[in-house]
Amino acid sequence: MRAIDYQAPTSLSEAVSIMAANGDRARPLAGGTDVLVQLRGGRREADVVLDTKKIPELNGLNLNDNGLQLGAAVPCFQIYQNSAVAAAYPGLIDAAGMIGSIQIQGRATVGGNLCNAAPSGDTIPPVITLSGEAHINGPNGWRTMPAENFCTGPGRNALENGELLVAIQLPAPAANSGTAYLRFIPRNEMDIAVAGVSSTVQLDASGQTIQSARIALASVGPTPILATAAGDSLAGKAISDDAIAEAGQLASEAATPITDMRGTIRQRHHLVDVLTRRTLNIAIRRARGEE
Amino acid sequence: MTTANQVLSEVEYDVVGKRPVRPDGVDKVTGRAQYGADLNLTGLLQGRVLRSPHAHARIRSVDTSKAEALDGVRAVITAADLPFASMSKDELGGDYNRFKFLSDNFLASNKALYRGHAIAAVAADNAHIAEAALALIEVDYEVLEPVIDVRAAMQDGAPLLHDDLVHTSAMGEVSEKPSNVASYMKFEKGDAAAGFAQANVIVEREFTTASVHQGYIEPHNATAHWRADGQINVWCSTQGAFVVRANTADVLRVDVSDVRVTPMEIGGGFGGKVSFYLEPVAALLSSKAGAPVKVLMSRTEVFEGSGPAPGSWMRVKMGANRAGKITAAEIELAFEAGAYPGSPVMQGATCAFACYELENGAVEGYDVMVNKPKTSAYRAPGSPQAAFGVEQVVDEVAQKLGVDPVEFRLNNAVTEGSRKVEGPVFQKIGLVECLEAAQNHDHYRTPLSGPNRGRGIAAGFWMNRGFHSSVNMTVNPDGTVNLIEGSVDIGGSRASIAQQAAETLGIGYDEIKPQVVDTDSIGFTMVTGGSRTTFATGWAAILASEDIKTQMVERAASIWDVPAEDVEYDSGVISHKSEELSFTFKELARQLYTTGGGITGTASLDPTGEGNSFGVHVVDVEVDPDTGKTEILRYTAIQDAGKAVHPSYVEGQIQGGAVQGIGWALNEEYYFGNNGQMMNSSFLDYRMPTSLDLPMIDTVIVEVANPGHPYGVRGVGEVPIVPPLAAIANAVEQATGKRMTALPITPGSVLEAEWNGG
Repeated sequence: MRAIDYQAPTSLSEAVSIMAANGDRARPLAGGTDVLVQLRGGRREADVVLDTKKIPELNGLNLNDNGLQLGAAVPCFQIYQNSAVAAAYPGLIDAAGMIGSIQIQGRATVGGNLCNAAPSGDTIPPVITLSGEAHINGPNGWRTMPAENFCTGPGRNALENGELLVAIQLPAPAANSGTAYLRFIPRNEMDIAVAGVSSTVQLDASGQTIQSARIALASVGPTPILATAAGDSLAGKAISDDAIAEAGQLASEAATPITDMRGTIRQRHHLVDVLTRRTLNIAIRRARGEE
Repeated sequence: MTTANQVLSEVEYDVVGKRPVRPDGVDKVTGRAQYGADLNLTGLLQGRVLRSPHAHARIRSVDTSKAEALDGVRAVITAADLPFASMSKDELGGDYNRFKFLSDNFLASNKALYRGHAIAAVAADNAHIAEAALALIEVDYEVLEPVIDVRAAMQDGAPLLHDDLVHTSAMGEVSEKPSNVASYMKFEKGDAAAGFAQANVIVEREFTTASVHQGYIEPHNATAHWRADGQINVWCSTQGAFVVRANTADVLRVDVSDVRVTPMEIGGGFGGKVSFYLEPVAALLSSKAGAPVKVLMSRTEVFEGSGPAPGSWMRVKMGANRAGKITAAEIELAFEAGAYPGSPVMQGATCAFACYELENGAVEGYDVMVNKPKTSAYRAPGSPQAAFGVEQVVDEVAQKLGVDPVEFRLNNAVTEGSRKVEGPVFQKIGLVECLEAAQNHDHYRTPLSGPNRGRGIAAGFWMNRGFHSSVNMTVNPDGTVNLIEGSVDIGGSRASIAQQAAETLGIGYDEIKPQVVDTDSIGFTMVTGGSRTTFATGWAAILASEDIKTQMVERAASIWDVPAEDVEYDSGVISHKSEELSFTFKELARQLYTTGGGITGTASLDPTGEGNSFGVHVVDVEVDPDTGKTEILRYTAIQDAGKAVHPSYVEGQIQGGAVQGIGWALNEEYYFGNNGQMMNSSFLDYRMPTSLDLPMIDTVIVEVANPGHPYGVRGVGEVPIVPPLAAIANAVEQATGKRMTALPITPGSVLEAEWNGG
């Protein structure tokens, strides 16, 4: 590992100027659970590591009528230990509580998960199906983009040189809505998804009809995938096994997996179908207040 | 459901069979135990090793000049620095191949034979400089096609690893034509063809197992200081300091007395630290740099550059008659040796049918070289692979006969006097007792219900070893005894050896102070391996204790001025047979220095009589039909320990072996890319089970005393990894109807079997 310059600015403007001055030789550090491993393993190089944990805008966790503003450096445990947040976003908690181990969850952040842009990032699909937006600040000021556009390739994101992901904004959950995330791993913990699926549904007041649905996939393409056709297929439909099975099939078709040491193409298409059906059923139960 | 560990004892002792606290426990739980990486000598340099990125390549040249020029680099070495490089075939004679293989596995000379093969090494002021220097070494490779599958390597026209060196006996025929088959063996008993002709049921299947790693938590490490006076001091993580001493001296062409090896505490070995990789490299770097050098492996280097257990291919055939008796069985095994000869196929061959009384049997084995690291020992080397095939075929034969699988095994179990296919006759053994304990266990008697669930059982065998051990014991004036041994303590052997000494001396366990020391400080002691340590080093402690007892009796006789034959030693008390004269051990100890001097008992021995071990495992699984994932619901491991000296550590060995077997069965494998490169060389993707993947492993210790040991001890560390692979496969078959013949039984492979209707 090469020598690196460690910077811990206390303001967003200072952070952005350090990022801008160093271009792609600077790496932001939140929990460090990806960046430090990559630097030590020689998979990334950096001259400057910029610690984001002293910047107020990146460390807020604010739940209000507009939804949740989740600072990019807020670790997973703070999210799931906040009972109001946990009650409002159980689908996000599914993912935040399964990354790595308890020790990792003490450091790892949803913002870092998004910026790391691994196809397998567990928190990314629920952020996408919950219609999350990335709030970005840089030398040219603020911009916002839907979470599903943030990852651009394995390990690559939409940030320009000098830009920082400041926060993720999740809208307030609609009435009669529910979200669930499941991944498949060969072990029970401490593993990386062979496939992952998040489903968000919004039901009508009777709880019998799906008004809208969003389905997003992990580990089955170069980036997390918003399976638009699968979600749209459920809009306006009465809840039924057939409708759910059709969505599973469409989600499976939206996947573009590869065969590697973690799974084969056929296995991953199959698992997307299985996990889509399972997450839709959980999301529906949550929307009905049944769990 | 009862969850408990049981011990079925025949004999009770005062100290042997109890569960005292281990002497090394406090240091280990407080982080004070000294491991190799903790060592910091004055002026210590950091060494790192450059490894081949190619699985198979000719090394045209290595240019180290830029690395040597880097500020802070103190030494750079390649194979040219090893003495072997300058010695001719004539000088080495018949030992040429042995030295060539030994030397080349430390630093490759003409060919890189696996990805991760060491090519060069650097010592520098710190690890960062050393790593930077590695990147400056220029190696000109001629990349060759690799062969990584054992069957492919046996084909005519397969890429040859050693085209100029090995004249092999290919496919059983002695040949001058080079091949990757390093050796072939065949054992026969009776007439297999005639036996199959008598069978009413015959099952024949082929099986494969993947390369797996022992997965010890502590990576390999070595620190060496080659002093100006020629003395080479080595500190390392090893299962056998004397093996490191001998091979380091061999490969550096120095006398063994020039090398002193200090075994540090060991963070797991499981056989993998019988082999070693860094010690001569560190010594050469130290010699060049004139300072001590520490070399550490990363986890990726451990996976790619140290010896895994071999992948294998097997064909098993077994026939039985309607009376439920096996009439004949045969097995062909082909094991991957890795880059150099020496897989444990012989052990696989001799273990394969060891559980069964066979009148007619045939066993054939092939040792095959492939472009993978030279395989190393892993807990009962060779036996788990063989049992994976044999125990599934046994299960299927029992199924076809409609006989309960435990009953079928009891019907055919070996007992005292049974003769194995390759010749040896069993002494007193406990397979029947283990099978009966399984039959009577709450687990086996509780019916398994629910969809997608299955129960499997399997038996396993390991021969165990004796081998050399030495112990010195010194009586202190306060009545305690220092026990000096050369056996590295991996699984609680300081305790189990001290217990046998205390039992023999008739004094308390706490009065014995065991210490593991370096190779200059104790007599020759073989590796901690082969399930031999509690058996053989324990026996050395018994003999050293007897030596002390004899000297204590003589001393008391001298003090009392009576003939020694009138004095006896009983339960730590030395007394005159008729007169009112006696000393406790402590009382006499206090007087030793003023009545003729201290007393030291010593023993060096090479015992035979190691009792064989058998185990029987019962497992319940549930397989998710949608994902193919196997969940272990309940697991019971039963094993004959002869006499469990420290039952808690025996239970720990049984549970640990079962868990490693579960990993081997379900998820662990070296996953190779197209060019023979391991893709999953981290604990993230090399999936060993975690505590969250396992139920409590229940154990039953059966005690059928080994007549070949004073306290009836049998080795216990290895056999528990033998049954799990097949037990789980048998359970998965019950749950899914699919016979899984390839390891690992991953979720993906279960789904494939479902899709293929296999």
